[in-house]
Amino acid sequence: MIDLRRPLRWCFLHLERWLDAVFPAGWNPLHQLGALGFFYYWVVAVSGIYVYVLFDTGTTEAYESVEFMTVEQWYLGGVMRSLHRYASDGMVLMMVVHVLREFSLGRYRGPRWFTWFTGVPVLWLVMIAGISGYWLVWDQLAQYIALETADWLDWLGIFGEPIARNFNTASALDDRFFTLLIFIHIVVPLLLLLVLWIHLQRVSRPQINPKRGLAVGTLAMLLALSFWKPAVSQGPADLAAVPGELGLDWFYLGFYPLMERLSDAAVWGFAVALTLLLAALPWLPPMRKAEATANTAVVDLGNCNGCQRCADDCPYNAIAMVPRSDGMAFDLEARVDSDLCTSCGICMGACPTATPFRRRSELIPGIELPQASARALREDLEAATSGLDGESGVVVFGCAHGPKLERLDLPNVASVALPCIAALPPSYIDYALSRGFAAGVFLAGCHEGDCYHRFGVAWMEERLAGERDPALRRRVPRERIGQAWLAEDGLSDLASAIEDFQAGLAPQAASAGAEPVRKRLEEEEVGSHA
Amino acid sequence: MPRPLQFLGQGVVYLVIALLFGLFSDWPRFTFFPADQAQIMLSFAHGAQRKGECRKLTAEELDELAPNMRRPEICPRERLPVLVELTLDDQPLYRESLPPSGLSGDGPSQVHRRFVVAPGSHRITVRLRDSARSEGFDYERSETIALRERQNFVIDFRSDRGGFVFM
Ligand code: HEM
Ligand code: SF4
Ligand code: SF4
Repeated sequence: MIDLRRPLRWCFLHLERWLDAVFPAGWNPLHQLGALGFFYYWVVAVSGIYVYVLFDTGTTEAYESVEFMTVEQWYLGGVMRSLHRYASDGMVLMMVVHVLREFSLGRYRGPRWFTWFTGVPVLWLVMIAGISGYWLVWDQLAQYIALETADWLDWLGIFGEPIARNFNTASALDDRFFTLLIFIHIVVPLLLLLVLWIHLQRVSRPQINPKRGLAVGTLAMLLALSFWKPAVSQGPADLAAVPGELGLDWFYLGFYPLMERLSDAAVWGFAVALTLLLAALPWLPPMRKAEATANTAVVDLGNCNGCQRCADDCPYNAIAMVPRSDGMAFDLEARVDSDLCTSCGICMGACPTATPFRRRSELIPGIELPQASARALREDLEAATSGLDGESGVVVFGCAHGPKLERLDLPNVASVALPCIAALPPSYIDYALSRGFAAGVFLAGCHEGDCYHRFGVAWMEERLAGERDPALRRRVPRERIGQAWLAEDGLSDLASAIEDFQAGLAPQAASAGAEPVRKRLEEEEVGSHA
Repeated sequence: MPRPLQFLGQGVVYLVIALLFGLFSDWPRFTFFPADQAQIMLSFAHGAQRKGECRKLTAEELDELAPNMRRPEICPRERLPVLVELTLDDQPLYRESLPPSGLSGDGPSQVHRRFVVAPGSHRITVRLRDSARSEGFDYERSETIALRERQNFVIDFRSDRGGFVFM
């Protein structure tokens, strides 16, 4: 089977680059699709309340009241109706792109299954909400929806009397039906909100609101569209005639023509199969290699002082601080829920006991990944930098989700790979520079605002700036630290950023007279904590 | 990228999204039902007679029943199928024996079918059999109707209104 995710990812990366150039830093709409989805939801909710106030229930009243707001009160009711329609379309668009993007980036596996899985009912709820909305207007489009939906539901054969018979003649249809529709159209969106809340239960610090400027721009766009092309009805429903030519809202009704072209059974089959496929996706091949081998974080109680930094920084709420179980004089200890842990290593980067200045034999931090341990990280650093020349040698610490470090081929540059850039305890930067392993340290991570592990880049920047514990010590010369946050297609940008950094480094390193301390340190082990 | 160009770019993004919503919320248009056709809808739910006659219970049979279940006669619940036939200008359009609904076959027979026909004047005839007879029909209605374009002509069956209802 071909992997659909690759071409999709390629498209997203290109679009993303372009959007990055156009929007201010942190505004890239592709990085806040979920948040934009929520924003559209709120626009729909507010405009919906207004429209509801003007709406009348009943077979003739429904259409007339909608006509009133559209024609007589076009400046307010009409605008609200248009906002309601277009923001609903916006929800579908954001949702579909959001799903495709999470899919293309593989963000639906492992502990993320929960967020993905709870997203699936959202698809149905959004569709039901939108379709019931179009139905309420009781114009010819609504009549078409009524006829097709009733047939489609009747195919199930679970309703004693076919629903479709309600729409044979005007006399067969009663006002209670509209009461039911209104009920659906209010309850389903509320249910949607509840399911979205569940959707985000396992996302720590979810971004629910888009950047202010983006929200303002979106609202302005919706308003302009509402004035330019107000939402209108398509003639009153008339059950004595069959609806002819119609304008469909393809965002919601795109699959309706299939009910006629194929069959109700085929559309049921398609809808159910797609739902099941999506729901099962987190457990279907192709699996990532890393996931095959469990490598979740482990706590070493003897080294954990209960400081809580790991729990604060874990992007997946996988660490709970629980009462001490080993009689040590601290109140709390860290405990990892391995079902939630994605092996990002960020907890190790946050743990103050993960410092390479400790004696080699003692280098076991309070928390670490067994297969990317603090000790292994120090060994990697030392081995990788062994061929560097002290004047301008640069060591790159990079994460597994940005540009591939092994393809980086620059003279006098070594690289050390980490699961996430924030898995690097800042003391390692200090260590690499002060012990002369390299003249400069370069940090490479995922694209800013779209870190694979959500907060890797943000946490690292705050640690460098001294705003987040564990902070990089003040004594570390900041001009010897470079960084670039790039998506996986940014290898050449990364290479040139490193070269620029290295070029700026050489004279300083010379003037500072970096001593070749490295050799001296080979034998000596320093036991001091940073 | 220079700032004015950035603003232009953002404008393009918003414009593209607005165009997506503005266009695809009612275009391309879709023809559900051709303008030069009409529709006959045959739609009813009607229960045919029971399969057998009601019969008096014998004294022995009554004794076997629990006291609260004793009734003088028992009636088989299962219904006969309904045979329905629709012709247009004496050409057969539909003929079907509709089985009763319900798990024990005691519910009404149901049909909900649409037929696309040319507009204009037509002789529409429907016949229905809901008894155990093997020949002929119990109900029949025949009328010449001028069908308008896109008209939805509904044929219902209501035993309380004496048979077929044309709407
Ligand atoms: C209108 C509908 C939806 C809204 C408003 C919404 C909203 C969100 C939000 C706000 C986030 C958190 C983003 C962040 O802060 O990183 C998120 C994450 C996510 N959503 Fe949705 N979502 C919707 C539908 C869906 C659907 C239908 C699916 C999948 C079938 C889905 C799958 C995911 C996944 C996999 C994540 C990523 C979680 C992670 O990175 O750990 N969402 N969503
Ligand atoms: S490895 Fe990552 S996901 Fe696992 S506990 Fe540590 S910070 Fe949380
Ligand atoms: S950061 Fe380290 S010391 Fe602090 S609670 Fe977590 S494991 Fe324990």
